[in-house]
Amino acid sequence: MAAIALAPAAETLAYQRKVFVFMAVVLAVAPLVVYPLFMMKVMCFALFACAFNLLIGYVGLLSFGHAMFFGMASYVSAHAAKVWGLTPELAILSGTVVATALGFVAGSLAIRRLGIYFAMITLALAQMIYFFCLQAPFTGGEDGIQAVPRGHLFGVIDLSETFSMYLLVLTIFLGGFLLIYRIVHSPFGQVLKAIRENESRALSLGYDVDRYKLLAFVLSAGLSGLAGATKALVFQLASLTDVHWSMSGEVVLMTLLGGLGTIFGPVVGAAVIITMQNYLAQLGAWVTVVQGIIFVVCVLAFRRGIVGEIAHALKKPL
Amino acid sequence: MEIFGVPSQALFGQLLIGLINGSFYALLSLGLAVIFGLLNIINFTHGAQYMMGAFVAYILLNNFGVNYWWALLIAPVLVGATGVVIERTMLSRLYKLDHLYGLLLTFGLALIIQGLFRQQYGSAGLPYQIPAQLQGAQNLGFMFLPNYRAWVIVASLLVCLTTWYVIERTKLGAYLRAATENPALVQAFGINVPRMITATYGFGVGLAALAGVMAAPIYQVSPQMGADLIIVVFAVVVIGGMGSIMGAIVTGFGLGIIEGLTKVFYPEASSTVIFIIMAIVLLVRPAGLFGTQK
Repeated sequence: MAAIALAPAAETLAYQRKVFVFMAVVLAVAPLVVYPLFMMKVMCFALFACAFNLLIGYVGLLSFGHAMFFGMASYVSAHAAKVWGLTPELAILSGTVVATALGFVAGSLAIRRLGIYFAMITLALAQMIYFFCLQAPFTGGEDGIQAVPRGHLFGVIDLSETFSMYLLVLTIFLGGFLLIYRIVHSPFGQVLKAIRENESRALSLGYDVDRYKLLAFVLSAGLSGLAGATKALVFQLASLTDVHWSMSGEVVLMTLLGGLGTIFGPVVGAAVIITMQNYLAQLGAWVTVVQGIIFVVCVLAFRRGIVGEIAHALKKPL
Repeated sequence: MEIFGVPSQALFGQLLIGLINGSFYALLSLGLAVIFGLLNIINFTHGAQYMMGAFVAYILLNNFGVNYWWALLIAPVLVGATGVVIERTMLSRLYKLDHLYGLLLTFGLALIIQGLFRQQYGSAGLPYQIPAQLQGAQNLGFMFLPNYRAWVIVASLLVCLTTWYVIERTKLGAYLRAATENPALVQAFGINVPRMITATYGFGVGLAALAGVMAAPIYQVSPQMGADLIIVVFAVVVIGGMGSIMGAIVTGFGLGIIEGLTKVFYPEASSTVIFIIMAIVLLVRPAGLFGTQK
């Protein structure tokens, strides 16, 4: 894992803020150049990857089941918007709340074991949620929930307008990103990093390690849910793909490629992977092969990831 | 005849399916446990290697006319050899790093292997004939027992018990257990630990491939056959704990039977029951039924 100074200097923070502003500007003008729908997809997955990175990058816990939060929130948000007729902000909120609650249950179970077991437990729990979604009547089984209405934000703003939808997604992404940034740099975040570096030491210093881990897990689950719930409205679709284990694998890949434990890495990783899927979509099974190759190359030769390498070259944490 | 309001035919039928599934859980979790013991890596490629075993049998039969019995021997050796290559060229570079990197690497390898097979053979299941010697069934009075299924249960029990015997009761197994406890010390006694690690990985992978060959006539041969199975096997491993070889075998068969019974009494839960048991075990005994918390 990329080592990060525990207390970043003021100049580092200022530097990161500059990069953040640059990222926000790029995202704001991007739809002039690329398809807005594509950019919205990138932002949803970037938020998902950032939420995942909060856990792997800053607590050192590898969850292999984050699709359960993303997918479950996606279903709940789609159901709320379509069947209950809730306004988009309430639909997204209900998806996020359900994912957070699910995060509490799954987290309480998973943090009872460490390392590799933690990964296997989250994977198994996610598979259970997958079977639940496959059988539960409200998810529509193999068809998923289709033609979800985007509705009117606060009952006023029509989200079927691409521009309004884009602004909403951009706001949610930047808001989620800033929240994660704030968490990472808070005293709470410092304790998380202390746990990552040396769990027994943190425990002996009097920190209730399990509670910190659980809270980090719940936060990560909730933010993943926020991403999934938003995605359901953007694509007007919630399907089994969102809860499948391959989705959990994809978010691991995005974060790993971008750089574990870097602030901006997951965003870059998500952008690269989504772009790749977009261009290779017609190649079928080769997409899986290419993703596998990226995994292997990252693990064997490129463990810092894209942003991690840049940060290393610039000697500034990003 | 009815038992608990369920026709006995259905009950014994599902019990048999449960035992069959349990045989594969036991074989696969055994391989995972052996690999984990020495390499400290959870082999995510295990499901893909099980699938490769089934495909090797399929290719041997259809392209070379090599029958099932030879496939039982050739497939584990071939797939095990690919395992040795993977261990030597990739896994061995990761031992000094966080163990999670091993998981990520083997996950990536599983994606590559499954993708390549899907590209070549498509997603549809391919049938594999039951060998002539094992066709037909026995009438046990209360149910019909297909010969092939009986063979799978007996064979996997034999393989499991032999593996247990070798690891727990022979000199080679003693080296292996010692290296699991303290590799540096065993190395100091003049035993080639890196070679032992390579052989162990090859053996674990071979076990997966053997399970694949045995599965080929029961389930259809398809690139995805191992992907979902391996997640269930992970849950089995969490329930049993990876501390003991016998634990892996008992848990594997036991959970298969429980899954079969669930299919009779509450079919809706049959695909999730193992995960629910895992959650309960984590609450009551986090180290697993046979495990020791490190």
